[in-house]
Amino acid sequence: MTTEIAVRVEDKLFQNRYQVDVGQAHIKVKPHTKPSPALLALLKACPAHCYELNSNGQVEIAADGCVECGTCRVIAEPGGDIEWSYPRGGYGVLFKFG
Amino acid sequence: MIEERFDAIVVGAGMAGNAAAFTLANRGLKVLQIERGEYAGSKNVQGAILYADMLEKMIPDFREDAPLERHLVEQRFWMMDERAHTGLHYRSDDFNEERPNRYTIIRAQFDRWFSSKVQEAGAIVLCETTVKELVKDAYGRVIGVLTDRDGGEVHADVVVLAEGVNGLLGTKADLRAIPKPENVALAVKEMHFLPRETIESRFNLKGDEGTVIEAAGTISRGMAGMGFIYANKESISVGIGCLVSDFQKTGETPYDLLERFKQHPSVAPLLEGSEVKEYAGHLIPEGGYNAVPKLYGDGWVVVGDAAQLNNFVHREGSNLAMTSGRIAAEAIFQVKSRKEPMTAQNLSIYKDMLDNSFVMKDLKKYKDMPGLLHIQSQNFFLTYPQLVSKAMQNFVRVDGTPKVEKEKVTVKSFVAARSWTGLFGDAIRFARAWR
Repeated sequence: MTTEIAVRVEDKLFQNRYQVDVGQAHIKVKPHTKPSPALLALLKACPAHCYELNSNGQVEIAADGCVECGTCRVIAEPGGDIEWSYPRGGYGVLFKFG
Repeated sequence: MIEERFDAIVVGAGMAGNAAAFTLANRGLKVLQIERGEYAGSKNVQGAILYADMLEKMIPDFREDAPLERHLVEQRFWMMDERAHTGLHYRSDDFNEERPNRYTIIRAQFDRWFSSKVQEAGAIVLCETTVKELVKDAYGRVIGVLTDRDGGEVHADVVVLAEGVNGLLGTKADLRAIPKPENVALAVKEMHFLPRETIESRFNLKGDEGTVIEAAGTISRGMAGMGFIYANKESISVGIGCLVSDFQKTGETPYDLLERFKQHPSVAPLLEGSEVKEYAGHLIPEGGYNAVPKLYGDGWVVVGDAAQLNNFVHREGSNLAMTSGRIAAEAIFQVKSRKEPMTAQNLSIYKDMLDNSFVMKDLKKYKDMPGLLHIQSQNFFLTYPQLVSKAMQNFVRVDGTPKVEKEKVTVKSFVAARSWTGLFGDAIRFARAWR
């Protein structure tokens, strides 16, 4: 079920236009051994499915498909789990319709 | 980067930022507007409906060249369960007027047009530039912004923060807090393309007539939220949004929610055979009156989504953004024309003017609504829609059961689900919050 949905999100994101700033992640996950409840919530709540668990059970982000909504920020920034900023000017998602 | 000093710097080129920059420049002030997207609108997401009146106050002849989709002749409200919807449907030929009141729009296109008007009015618009920080002087007064360009500090008498719902600059500068998960909704949206004749026949429209559907019920799976379907010329905007705190609690995924909404038997036939060309996600301020932060200070004002100005009961946001942007600009202009400094005290007229406008009056009217709908989301978004649906089916299905018995079944089902006290309590609480 989960994989099936994950595939569909990628298909959705494929429609979008992005200017990826290679090597300049605008969101960073603070190093951790065991993810907090807030970090775990991002696995499901992120509408672009940017967050995933790695093989060590830590939450990782691949922000290339990020739609810059800020959901992860309101959930996880106050507790210090992530650092959130906008991509450099001109980079990131570029909505054709919006 | 830019040596000269400006009267005002506007951060952001959405509805609020464009309205502010346009009004300031139109009155002869030296304005710099900074937008992080490739063009105005490239970072903005909305359903989207444009309320004409607010724009008309600034650009009376906007209908001549603004990219408008369809003028709305019809509004549908759907209360949904898994297989049905109970609808309230208002349609009037009165809306086929010479100067229509509401239109569907596509934000990336509309914002680009609005930005061209800002430039025509004389503002300098700098795109592809992210503002990293507000610059303050030794006394803590905002005196400009730091951008991500080389030597990127620029100064102005006042900074208009039209930076959108996330309000990063304002929170970094300690002017306001990060929005709380219970005060913002996450909405996801897709753009579905179909030939215009297909859209017109499916929605019962002719020419540029348009329709919108707002839907609530079991589609949000007990979370506080709503779905929407807006007819554009050659596309349909379809989306659904729920409180971030509810997503957190339930572990529902936004895209799964959207898929289920699209597959609902009342929705699927409208979208059948369409080509999806974009998937977007965005936060919507839903905290209402009590979530509005401090609106001004020494050298700054905040407008639009960044100030949480959204009337979620009436689905009005961009018009509040536009109006707050215009009013902030008018306040700044007043201070400027008196040749006074942009202190918090002088800029407080912005708040007075906003309080006297429909923006704050409307938010105040519904100040108890977020508390009610958000805390009781299970009742309002799951139990009642299911009960209403069952009652409607019972009412319309003819099967030889005497009507008195049918009525009894319906009343029983309501009382069993919520009890008499619960029903009356909900009704009274709802009426109070509405008043």
